[in-house]
Amino acid sequence: MPLSTARSNVRVVTLKIDGRDLSAREDETLLEVCREHRIPVPSLCYLEGLSVWAGCRLCMVELVNQNRLVASCATRAAEGMEVQTDSERLRRYRRTLIELLFAERNHVCAVCVSNGHCELQTLAQRLGIDHIRFAYRQAHEVLDSSHELFRLDHNRCILCTRCVRVCDEIEGAHVWDVMGRGSQCRIISDLAIPWGQSETCTNCGKCVQVCPTGALIKQGTSAGEMVKDRHFLPILARRRAR
Amino acid sequence: MHLEDLEALAARYHAEETHEQEIRVCVAASCQSSGSLPVLEALQSACAGQGNGRCKVKGVGCMGLCSAGPLVAVAKRHAPLNESVLYRAVTPQDAAEILASSGGAPVERLRCPTDQPFFQRQVRIVLERSGLIDPESLPEAIAHGGYSALIQAITEMTPAEVIREVTASGLRGRGGAGYPTGLKWSTVAKMPGAQKYVICNADEGDPGAFMDRAVLESDPHRVLEGMAIAAYAIGASKGYVYVRAEYPLAVARLETAIRAARRAGFLGARVADTPFGFDIELRLGAGAFVCGEETALMASIEGLRGQPRPRPPYPAESGLWGCPTLINNVETFANIASIVRRGSDWFASIGTQGSKGTKVFALAGRIKNTGLIEVPMGISLRTIIEEIGGGIPDGKGFKAVQTGGPSGGCIPADYLDTPVDYDSLKSLGTIMGSGGMIVMDETACMVDVARFFMEFCMSESCGKCVPCRTGTWQMHALLDRIARGEGTPEDLALLEELCEVVQSMSLCGLGQTAPNPVLSTLRYFRHEYEAKLQNQPLRKPQTQRGTG
Ligand SMILES: Cc1cc2nc3c(=O)[nH]c(=O)nc-3n(C[C@H](O)[C@H](O)[C@H](O)COP(=O)(O)O)c2cc1C
Ligand code: SF4
Ligand code: SF4
Ligand code: FES
Repeated sequence: MPLSTARSNVRVVTLKIDGRDLSAREDETLLEVCREHRIPVPSLCYLEGLSVWAGCRLCMVELVNQNRLVASCATRAAEGMEVQTDSERLRRYRRTLIELLFAERNHVCAVCVSNGHCELQTLAQRLGIDHIRFAYRQAHEVLDSSHELFRLDHNRCILCTRCVRVCDEIEGAHVWDVMGRGSQCRIISDLAIPWGQSETCTNCGKCVQVCPTGALIKQGTSAGEMVKDRHFLPILARRRAR
Repeated sequence: MHLEDLEALAARYHAEETHEQEIRVCVAASCQSSGSLPVLEALQSACAGQGNGRCKVKGVGCMGLCSAGPLVAVAKRHAPLNESVLYRAVTPQDAAEILASSGGAPVERLRCPTDQPFFQRQVRIVLERSGLIDPESLPEAIAHGGYSALIQAITEMTPAEVIREVTASGLRGRGGAGYPTGLKWSTVAKMPGAQKYVICNADEGDPGAFMDRAVLESDPHRVLEGMAIAAYAIGASKGYVYVRAEYPLAVARLETAIRAARRAGFLGARVADTPFGFDIELRLGAGAFVCGEETALMASIEGLRGQPRPRPPYPAESGLWGCPTLINNVETFANIASIVRRGSDWFASIGTQGSKGTKVFALAGRIKNTGLIEVPMGISLRTIIEEIGGGIPDGKGFKAVQTGGPSGGCIPADYLDTPVDYDSLKSLGTIMGSGGMIVMDETACMVDVARFFMEFCMSESCGKCVPCRTGTWQMHALLDRIARGEGTPEDLALLEELCEVVQSMSLCGLGQTAPNPVLSTLRYFRHEYEAKLQNQPLRKPQTQRGTG
């Protein structure tokens, strides 16, 4: 469901997605329109209720006749647009992205607390990935267990920045941020201090609930036990917007 | 202030100068690093000792042949570089001899001929005052036509007329992508909004490139003037120069220039006593390559993490603090005053159909004359390399020339007669880029070249988007394996597939163009990759630890 409520000065446009004629408000993104009409488009960094990040690139779609790919989460609907959300090429690219994410850090699903409830794992299954063609980076990543309620496991982080955004935009605490460049990027709390020592964290747990993988979890959960609440954010964000 | 007042001022500065001969010592960064400051001091004290006022010693900007520095030119007052007596590799001990010879017979043992193609084949617009004037002196800039285009624009032209001139000139952006400058200006001009900004992109991050640094160090007022004209044309009141902190000399000269321009009324609330107000501030970049990308640059100015964001909205619509913003490269701005002063017809008469004017290149690598050159668009690569560059040293053969840095590609010998313009270079699988030009001889290994640029992209990726962050890491690992002779045909296939994915799926230009050096070396030198592969059977795929 789109975030903003209908305003009088926003025009409605018609466009074609996967051959279907659809109408949309011109302030809606292609991904929002797809969600509204249950057209499946994979995404990891997008989350209804948060600002657009456009970093995971899984939601890329084809603009027909333009031979161009655009991120559907960051592209507004426009009159006469023709969009293809699925194709052999897109499927191949998306599979490669998921493989790249698996190879980047140490995702060992069998022992992960999010096993069975992980968005990365679900996408991999849906895209039919059964092996990784790339070399694992084998990077040494750490685990921050200093917080009394939660835990951050960098081995499972995909750097989607949902935690950063929810903490800044919804909770207003801005505990999280990104440090470093390229594959050296890390999520940090405050100025790169252990989470448990953070003076800005309010213990609200929103970051844990929005994290798509087993990177942010509750203390005391063991393999497969970490189930996250996927529904609070859109409702909360809507209330805030009023 | 009217044009006549400025001309009177220029004439007064001319009249104040009584010397016949001047000795110009390059004090741009390259010559400073080879020791030009002691030479300048030695010449100045020798000249003061002589004390007859017939000769003046001054520090000037880049004269181009940086590899022969420190460079000293002895010339009649205001005479251009190729009419001067040029000396190479000058030491402080040579000062007295050079001074004594001025106006008479040159010191032959130090001479660097200026009738060689390196000087004769260049066409100087952006660098017209570089190496002639003291970059720290506003009067010298004014005496050589500085700010006359600005005064002309704001007192005799409407903003629309300025934009029409820039559009008609055919000028395209010199920062890499070659977007038509006039079109960009008119888009920003038409955007509604009371607050607009002008940004000069002086982040210059391509490895080995120093064109923008040389312009800023040699003639900073030219860039300020271009920005002020742009501000008048699009209706902006505030400008920023985003310059990398690794360019301390450029920063210092810009600061001096901005202060002097303010004091003289060329910047400030009432530019040249007209209602048009415009001021410029500096912002220093901390040396991340990606901060040269326009949206990351603006985030950095705003005090945020220097990371790109999706476009649209383009800066023209929503730029700095959400306001319409014009962002151009240093060299783009440095062309503006000449276009306004001499007219778009003149500018459009230089170059080719789709690429007008000149381009400054930093010539480097295995070539005799390394340094800074400005050539007309459409000149052939062969002329640049064989004539201006003087060919390959040590009797080696030419192999390839790389343009466009980490976003560009390599051009092999078969295509040396290609004219240098945006579209021809693009059709060869490379780009004009910002002006880096690296020449490689027969000993160069093209897989190593590709690996070098991939390593650069990998460590400069901002990490925001998955294909660039992890794809460049994997491509580098594959290139490394192939370069070490451990790669397999499967590795090469995977590398090519990653090139395609990273190119099509990345968020900003860094990722989208990071595969270019690989793709272009594969296009022309595939055999070098294949020769390094182990012809063993395909590696067994790694079993996945993830989803099972
Ligand atoms: C990764 C990346 C780095 C860039 N670095 C620079 C730079 O150092 N200087 C520059 O002028 N433009 C750079 N650009 C291009 C700018 O984004 C922008 O297109 C340019 O400043 C526009 O100016 P122009 O139209 O005058 O060329 C870079 C682009 C990318 C994607
Ligand atoms: S910790 Fe979770 S929510 Fe935060 S960036 Fe990593 S994967 Fe995304
Ligand atoms: S392409 Fe690279 S530099 Fe550009 S946003 Fe993506 S990660 Fe950052
Ligand atoms: S959902 Fe669009 S880029 Fe991640």
